[in-house]
Amino acid sequence: MKPLRRIALPLLAAAAVVTAPGRAADPSADEIVTRSLEAFYYAGNDMRAKVQMKLINPQGKVREREMTMLRINLGKSGDQRYYLYFHGPADVKGTSFLVWKYPAKEDDRWIFVPTLKLVKRIAADDKRSSFVGSDFTYEDVSGRDLDDETHALVRKENLGGRPTYVVEGKPKASADYSRRLSWIDSERWLPLREEYLDARNEPLRTFTADKVEQTGKYWTVTARSMKNLQSGHRTEVVYREVEYDVGLKQDIFTERYLRDAPSQWVR
Amino acid sequence: MSQAVRIAANMAAASLALASIAAGAEGVAWDGFAQSHVAGRTSRVACPAGIACDFPAAELRGQLKAEGRNSSGNAGFLGRFDLLRDVALDDTRLVTRELFGDLTSEKATARLGRQVITWGVGDLLFINDTFPRDWVALFTGQPMQYLKLGSDALKLNAFPGAANLELVIAGFRPDNTPTSRRFIFADPLPAGLPRRTVEPGHGTGKMEISGRISGYLHHWELAGYASRTRYRSPAWRVMGAEIAGIYPRLNTVGASLTGPVGKGVLSLEAGYYDSPQDRDGRDPAIENSQFRGLIGYSRQLWEDATIGLQLYGEWMRDYAAYRETLPAGFPAKDRLRQVATVRFTQLFAYQTVTFNLFAFLGLSEEDRYVTPSLRYAFSDNLWAEVGANLFGGKRNGMFGSMQDNSNIYLTVRHAF
Repeated sequence: MKPLRRIALPLLAAAAVVTAPGRAADPSADEIVTRSLEAFYYAGNDMRAKVQMKLINPQGKVREREMTMLRINLGKSGDQRYYLYFHGPADVKGTSFLVWKYPAKEDDRWIFVPTLKLVKRIAADDKRSSFVGSDFTYEDVSGRDLDDETHALVRKENLGGRPTYVVEGKPKASADYSRRLSWIDSERWLPLREEYLDARNEPLRTFTADKVEQTGKYWTVTARSMKNLQSGHRTEVVYREVEYDVGLKQDIFTERYLRDAPSQWVR
Repeated sequence: MSQAVRIAANMAAASLALASIAAGAEGVAWDGFAQSHVAGRTSRVACPAGIACDFPAAELRGQLKAEGRNSSGNAGFLGRFDLLRDVALDDTRLVTRELFGDLTSEKATARLGRQVITWGVGDLLFINDTFPRDWVALFTGQPMQYLKLGSDALKLNAFPGAANLELVIAGFRPDNTPTSRRFIFADPLPAGLPRRTVEPGHGTGKMEISGRISGYLHHWELAGYASRTRYRSPAWRVMGAEIAGIYPRLNTVGASLTGPVGKGVLSLEAGYYDSPQDRDGRDPAIENSQFRGLIGYSRQLWEDATIGLQLYGEWMRDYAAYRETLPAGFPAKDRLRQVATVRFTQLFAYQTVTFNLFAFLGLSEEDRYVTPSLRYAFSDNLWAEVGANLFGGKRNGMFGSMQDNSNIYLTVRHAF
């Protein structure tokens, strides 16, 4: 998120100075989305969480994924590294993923297949593809670039007792949706609800933040769900043991630990 | 490694495991699965007596895996055992697939015991990965985890700075190669003579050593490899009143490179196979020295669909000597054997359905080996897969020679 932090934060600071004496003017849509991406995907220098996913089909049948997620931010460049270790289900236990994420270009991704002790680099041109068979995309899990969409502030409203900005985003390149409406908490900057709509304005998917908790100085969406309104399939995710700034080192995000999970962090 | 050394190594691995538990393991995690697998020959062929003719594979298998780690995380173990009722060969056996102990520190790790080791960047093509494989499992459609056999080895890793150094000292273990118990293929060796494979004897003859150094350069991963090992398929020769299969010495050295190009991943690997027991290339029973190389590219086509292409070549060093000494009746190989591969994978229905197609296309030998498969996950614990192993083309080729063994298979696994 290089352009973002470098440009948007000074802008925000300038805005704060200019408007401080009077009634706070609303930030621009881009500023709101910038702060939201920061709060949702970049909180802390690093992060550790246990993530539990329930994939629920329209008949109510449930599949589960349980993983440890480690993340580190690499300075101000916006580059990040993610490490994901699967604890279950039994057939994929021990599988791990490594992602080197860059805001403006394709990620580098690797998978480790424990039964073959195989590390394989995988092609990563699929930010809009389903993440491990869930209703979340890779992008939903690890973030997107501000410049992927144009943004407009639609209105302000209360949602579940929280003040929010409602922002409309339209993808610049053709995507599986035409429009996204985001309800962004105007104090904590987390997205509380998102609706994806198609060209005929029919709802495609809906994201909801079901539980928001504070860990140290950071707010985290610890329960979230994504529902596909066309298929009826939905995914519920719970983040447990969320910790920030635990002191993850960069070398954890390399082949060594992909092959051999760092037991200090993956429990 | 002599039998005594092997036993000692296993004992050491077991003691490590026990030590790690005694040192305050946070509990041992158990899991496993039950699996049935059956492969039926697609063509009606007149099988000689004693061959698993209609069903080259038919088995029930239970796997139990245990793993644990001490509370400080610096010692651990893993054991993976299969109990197998092999109906095709009317045999029941207990197989130790993996059993090793680990010691870990900040800058180094050691793993001792039976362990699977996989190197290199090829997809089902192996150059610098000379570790043992199970070709019978591949050709009968077993799940991919059965492609590799464990090595009885000590593996040391060191992580000085940016590089990753790996050293493997192992006892010799042959590949599981197709035999006339399950497969039918033309055999130019004299019929009627008894056959015997002779594994390397005691002492240093059994020891193998392999090394790898790897690191990142920007987005690219580079690796260099060397090994002092043996061919894992027997080199047959008539010795008196029998045919003996020995495992000739093999030294390899090579390198690989992988990284992003365009929207996909490019892989390059090359190696030199030195045959020290046939340096002049005049022993027809032993493989000639070779250069091997591959180039591969994989990328996503559309959502949940990927394609991978590879081009692979083996170039024989002493081709004139090979042709001069090749006995009558043996098919002559080309100097440059070229193989192309294609992999296409598509996931459907929230990744519960997987269609996969892998094809080896022999460009120089004009043969092919195609493996389509379709897997459905009924739940997190239960999946079934149907697929086929289809061999075809010229019978002189490596894959074409297997064409009476084309089969369709069904695997059902329940994991717990």
